[in-house]
Amino acid sequence: MSVPRFWRKIPQRYNLEGTHCEVCGRYFFPPRNLCPDCRRDGRIVGHTFEGVGTIVTYSVIRTASDQFSDLTPYVLAIVELKEGARMTAQVVVENPEEVFIGMPVKAVFRRLGTDGESGVISYGTKFVPA
Amino acid sequence: MVGIITYGTYIPRYRIKLEEIAKVWGDNAADIIGGLGVKEKSLPDMDEDSATIAVEAARNALLRRDIDRNAIGAIYVGSESHPYAVKPTAATVGAAIMATPVMTAADYEFACKAGTAAMQTCMGLVGSGMVKCGVAIGTDVAQGAPGDALEYTAAAGGCAMFIGDDNPIADINHTCSFTTDTPDFWRREGQAYPRHGGRFTGDPGYFKHVQGAARMMLEQMGTAPSDYDYAIFHQPNAKFPQRVAGMLGFTKEQIAPGLVVPRLGNTYSGASMIGLAATLDVAKPGDRIFVTSFGSGAGSDAFDITVTDRILDDAVFSRGAAPSVEELLADPIYVDYARYAKHKGKIMVQK
Amino acid sequence: MRDVAVIGVGCTDFGEWWDRSFRDLFVEAGVMAIEDANLAGEQIDAMYVGNMSAGRFIDQEHIGALIADYSGLATENIASTRVEAACASGGLAFREAVVAVASGMANIVVAGGVEKMTDVDTSLSTDALAGAADREWEGSVGATFPGLYAMIANDYMHRYPLTREQLAQVAVKNHYNGARNPIAQFQKEITLDTVMNSTMVADPLRLFDCSPITDGAAAVVVAPLETAKKFTDTPIRVLATAQASDTIALHDRRDISTLDATVAAGNRAFKMAGLERRDIDFVEVHDCFTIAEICAIEDLGFCKKGEAGRLTEEGYTALDGDLPVNTSGGLKACGHPVGATGIKQVCEAVLQLRGEAGGRQLDGAEIGMTQNVGGTGATVAVHIFGRT
Repeated sequence: MSVPRFWRKIPQRYNLEGTHCEVCGRYFFPPRNLCPDCRRDGRIVGHTFEGVGTIVTYSVIRTASDQFSDLTPYVLAIVELKEGARMTAQVVVENPEEVFIGMPVKAVFRRLGTDGESGVISYGTKFVPA
Repeated sequence: MVGIITYGTYIPRYRIKLEEIAKVWGDNAADIIGGLGVKEKSLPDMDEDSATIAVEAARNALLRRDIDRNAIGAIYVGSESHPYAVKPTAATVGAAIMATPVMTAADYEFACKAGTAAMQTCMGLVGSGMVKCGVAIGTDVAQGAPGDALEYTAAAGGCAMFIGDDNPIADINHTCSFTTDTPDFWRREGQAYPRHGGRFTGDPGYFKHVQGAARMMLEQMGTAPSDYDYAIFHQPNAKFPQRVAGMLGFTKEQIAPGLVVPRLGNTYSGASMIGLAATLDVAKPGDRIFVTSFGSGAGSDAFDITVTDRILDDAVFSRGAAPSVEELLADPIYVDYARYAKHKGKIMVQK
Repeated sequence: MRDVAVIGVGCTDFGEWWDRSFRDLFVEAGVMAIEDANLAGEQIDAMYVGNMSAGRFIDQEHIGALIADYSGLATENIASTRVEAACASGGLAFREAVVAVASGMANIVVAGGVEKMTDVDTSLSTDALAGAADREWEGSVGATFPGLYAMIANDYMHRYPLTREQLAQVAVKNHYNGARNPIAQFQKEITLDTVMNSTMVADPLRLFDCSPITDGAAAVVVAPLETAKKFTDTPIRVLATAQASDTIALHDRRDISTLDATVAAGNRAFKMAGLERRDIDFVEVHDCFTIAEICAIEDLGFCKKGEAGRLTEEGYTALDGDLPVNTSGGLKACGHPVGATGIKQVCEAVLQLRGEAGGRQLDGAEIGMTQNVGGTGATVAVHIFGRT
């Protein structure tokens, strides 16, 4: 991912800064600037997610693109955050067998990837069992 | 008084036993373990580095006490293994704890004492009224060349001390330093691993400087070792801090809670601070703590600290809200040398 | 709106073609379709070309013009448009062609699809395909395409009684069909053991649950139904064209195991054709992974949620079953040159309805359906075809 493209989303990637529609009460992460329920009638404000949730579904990735191949096998999951939004993230566990649907997880700060040996390092949120 | 207003530690879960390393290099494991007093050491996960460790340590500190982010005016991160040669780890930590942008930040390097140097800087900034709170972090994914003696101890971990004068959990009564130009251990720009002077790192390095700073502290404070409940000395292995404690007149009991190196290894910039954190984990109000770090090159920073009532005051500080050093050392995942080499990037891969 | 018919089809062999280029493949398919329709190049008004990622696979953009040029139509200056909706690019290109003819804006339109995927290594193709999902919030955290469908499979298996064997049976059936399709990438039948013992790619999906990386192209010619008989004795009528979209990211779906875009496009197509589920004789669905075929059968309304696995196991979707699914071998066995897949599905429906499907020919097939999916279900195209 290019430098500006990654940089732009640092608050979202580091601290799960998402959004919230004050009209219908829905929380959005990844953030949305337009509420799909209320559309132009919605009122979107920022919301920093607490970073705790449960695993909705997951897989163990054994074949990955170059950027992630060092990490295989790694657990990829859809995590439902406590506030209700769902996001895709890695779950860091030593043994993928530990993971189950409904598992409580919490956010941690990890390297998401690096642009080769000399490029920038992108950091962000992964999850670990809570 | 200026002091520690909260603190947090982070240690990755992975460990390698020293026997496993000795097996690879054909060394006698019993001799190595006996000589160093270290049984196993921590190593980072594939996606952990000094920055992620620093962030986790700082976040753990904030779990214990929710500091107003606007009050954080400075972040200094000491490390020998900053992920970038040029680009501050401290700015990443600032963003990750939501303390940016109204703050100053810089990365420090002074071998294993860069973290305590950061504490002193924060003390100065808070004491002078320039900032309300400064964050000092010592963090490393320590480097040791394959086959080198350092490889047996170079470990991963970090500690964050939040320095301020608003109801500290521990007052820092005094700090002083002892510094000379001594090439006992170094890493040249662009080199992957540090080199060291072997036995030269002992007397002219560690012992001269730790004693220099410690004796200066006792003299300036007019105290004797028996005035302190606990003491922490930089711990590149278990032997050096025990020996220097004896030389200075401190007892085994005083250094016991802070002597984490046998199960952790040497976390370089994190080492003295994690020792202090482990001591704060068990300390009571009124306990007096003596700390002396050491960084090759060479220098030592000494601290005289008194734990306050706030360490048990749930209204301002919740010690149990973040994992103690003991908890972080529990439940390790042991790996073999091949896995260790992969995690530490020691395997040449085609990119 | 005019009624529209398919008057010609052409499809290259699908496979790993080291000696054939992107241009070679498209020209071959295009010429076959035009020959099949007994057309001359100057009769063509427009082309729509489905292609997902020539930019990543062969570093070539602007392929609408490129294809018109190498098809010998530069001198005709025809309108040629690339259509992109990831793996649904072909289905959407076909729909654009149908809409153009139905509206009266054009008479003879070629809809094609092409993908040349093997000029890059697997890592790059994996990464390029991940662009069909949400790059910013899925791909950037390590989501691969098999990984996303594996998460659908895990969600599905957690909620419905689908066994690993039933899932594997999808691949076994599709390989059986592929072995009867001369253009299929895989010409061999396989057993349950082959699937169950193949390499794990993304739990619970194994290598034989996944469609392959494929080079290939397909093209069809559409024309107004009223004039179709001038070109062919067996025009196949387009009874319905429907398209629907959904959230780009899997995590934002209403229901992870239901492709709402398939439900919507299916319902629209049945309504447009004025048909019921029982009227459909066979379906080509988008089985990029075995779980996708299970979901497709249910989401198109052929059975209730949770039943497709059992029906597959019982042979309901086999070549001789009540509702044959993926007679071509599907994406699994026939191959999946991403942009070409949607057009290949149309070719298969036409061949079946014309009675030209050889060893996999169904008896008396009157009405067939195709379902083409982009990403994990963010775009779906559904078409219904009937004999005239």
